[in-house]
Amino acid sequence: MLLVILLNNPVASALSLVMALFSLSGLYILLEAPFVAVLQVLVYAGAVMVLFVFVIMLLKLRPEDLQQDRVTIGKAGVVLLGVPFVGFLIHKFLSVPVESSFKPVAANFGSPKEVGTLMFTKYLIPFEVVSILLLVAIIGVIVLAYRSPTDRD
Amino acid sequence: MINLHHYLVVASLMFTIGLAGLVIRKNLLVIFMCVEILLNSVNLVFVALARDFGLMEGHVVVFFVMAVAAAEAGIGLAIVITLFRKRQTIQTSDWNLLKG
Amino acid sequence: MVIMILKILVPFLIIFQVIPLLIWVERKGSAFIQDRHGPNRAAIMGLRLGGLLHSLADVIKLMSKEDIIPHNVNKPFFIMAPWITLSIACVTFAVIPFAQPLTINGELFSIQAANINVGILYILAMASLGVFGIMLAGWSSNNKYALLGGVRSSAQMLSYEISMGLALMSVLLVSGSLELNDIASLQTAMPWNWNVVKQPLAFLLFTAAAFAETNRNPFDLPEGESEIVAGYHTEYSSMKFAMFFMAEYAHIIIASALISVLFFGGWQVPFLSTDILRSHADIGLFFVILAHGVGLLVLGMFLLSKYQKNKYGDKRDYEVLVLGVPFIVIGIVLCGIAFGFGAQPLGDLGQQIFAAFIQFGVFLGKILFFCWFFIWVRWTLPRFRYDQLMHLGWKVMLPLSLINITVTAIVILMVS
Repeated sequence: MLLVILLNNPVASALSLVMALFSLSGLYILLEAPFVAVLQVLVYAGAVMVLFVFVIMLLKLRPEDLQQDRVTIGKAGVVLLGVPFVGFLIHKFLSVPVESSFKPVAANFGSPKEVGTLMFTKYLIPFEVVSILLLVAIIGVIVLAYRSPTDRD
Repeated sequence: MINLHHYLVVASLMFTIGLAGLVIRKNLLVIFMCVEILLNSVNLVFVALARDFGLMEGHVVVFFVMAVAAAEAGIGLAIVITLFRKRQTIQTSDWNLLKG
Repeated sequence: MVIMILKILVPFLIIFQVIPLLIWVERKGSAFIQDRHGPNRAAIMGLRLGGLLHSLADVIKLMSKEDIIPHNVNKPFFIMAPWITLSIACVTFAVIPFAQPLTINGELFSIQAANINVGILYILAMASLGVFGIMLAGWSSNNKYALLGGVRSSAQMLSYEISMGLALMSVLLVSGSLELNDIASLQTAMPWNWNVVKQPLAFLLFTAAAFAETNRNPFDLPEGESEIVAGYHTEYSSMKFAMFFMAEYAHIIIASALISVLFFGGWQVPFLSTDILRSHADIGLFFVILAHGVGLLVLGMFLLSKYQKNKYGDKRDYEVLVLGVPFIVIGIVLCGIAFGFGAQPLGDLGQQIFAAFIQFGVFLGKILFFCWFFIWVRWTLPRFRYDQLMHLGWKVMLPLSLINITVTAIVILMVS
């Protein structure tokens, strides 16, 4: 994860992000969530990151842009301001009392059947709204990025 | 034993890394990737808490967050392409028309 | 623990043993279709073995070639791309079931490397990751044609992934479970219960999408010879090219395995369900050994009859003997074992293992048949142009798969 923000080359950053998403998927499997894990690889690492890498490759980046973006000492100073932030978060999280290990869960936990049952009964309206959102997003992308064949600079 | 604390600490570390990257990088695409890191850290918190409580609501929320993030990534990249077509650069320091 | 290691190794080994066989089948098969002989010159000590040794010659050639890395490439990505493609191709094979799960001491023991309950989605996820290797390969070689081939290939793979997923979904509606083992068991042994009869349109769509996913003719444009030099693996030599090559054949094997599991009953022996196999295991074992013995005997005698002294004048005369004599010997031994032991009653475990072996063999036969189908189509159909390819993927296959899902859902609702 650290490599994502530290590497200069954006393609290398994107690949580090793919590795991070993959490992996150492994964490989900450890957390008894196989459906979410596979979905993460399918959607995030497989589709969204492919889109990212496509766009990075197609935008011709000049070397001087990459040079300007280096992580210098000044920027490292800014990052050091983040340490108290994360310390505060961790302190707050650790003060919540939890048992020493996870309780065992039902055998069907995390299976697609459970997720589907919940989604189509209790959360039906958010489901429909999200599908309309995706439709709007597709139309928006086409409107934004469309260049008619006669419109070349 | 590995318990909820570990996962929450990992998620908060991820969140901070994403936030730091968002602030210090100037390449628009890398900024976008840091937003994805933030969303993923939130996903991790949801799944860990779902495991802890034994409820499936967390997974459903993660599903929705993933869908929304995918939509947002698509539109964001379309915006980036449009910006690139205007000015042939994606450094945030070059878009300073509103600067005093 | 040992079983776990075995379960991981066996699919891996299957892929790496079938790939040289597929290379040979492709060359001889394409020669047969094109009415020529095919390669038959590679030899060890004068023995040619009908061109089988060409795969070995290929391996030696590719390993000993100079590994050229061009000057201006992005070295880490250039080296990493073939590894990604090959490892993802090998990992996908982990969830494919090879036989009905055995019940040892009441505990289910499935014959696949990983028994996760989201089987099909895992394969789709790995297919999505496969795009990365190709894109990286195309971009990191400092070459216009490679970049063009890489971009086209990734766009093609992404478009056809959608149709593949939707065709899978209609199979899912019929089977009701994501696990590949359940999908294979629900198609009972009778061939009219197989999914190809229940979902013919989904079968056609999935097969076409599988051709596109593996970058195989007729969707061959990204790597077509004579179109774009060699597409995304133009700049690769020796071992890295070998990895791309192996990854392509591994993808063919996986696609054949998937088609046979999803639509043709996977490990189901036609007309012989698992119960019949298990209850008649003793007679079955006798028959199998006898059939192998007799078959080898017949084959050996046929080969011996072809032996003509001084046909070629050099060591090639003895070729038929090299295979013929061992076949006859092994055939006699097997017949002896069959008649000597008779039909012995096997225990419960023995019955299950016998059934598993038969189903494993039938599954391998189906995979090889579909691999042959892939090769057959490659040398029969002409190549699609890029815009025709995109038109087919988005404007023809996507609506068809959506209509298929809708009709299937309506029929299921009406039936139940």
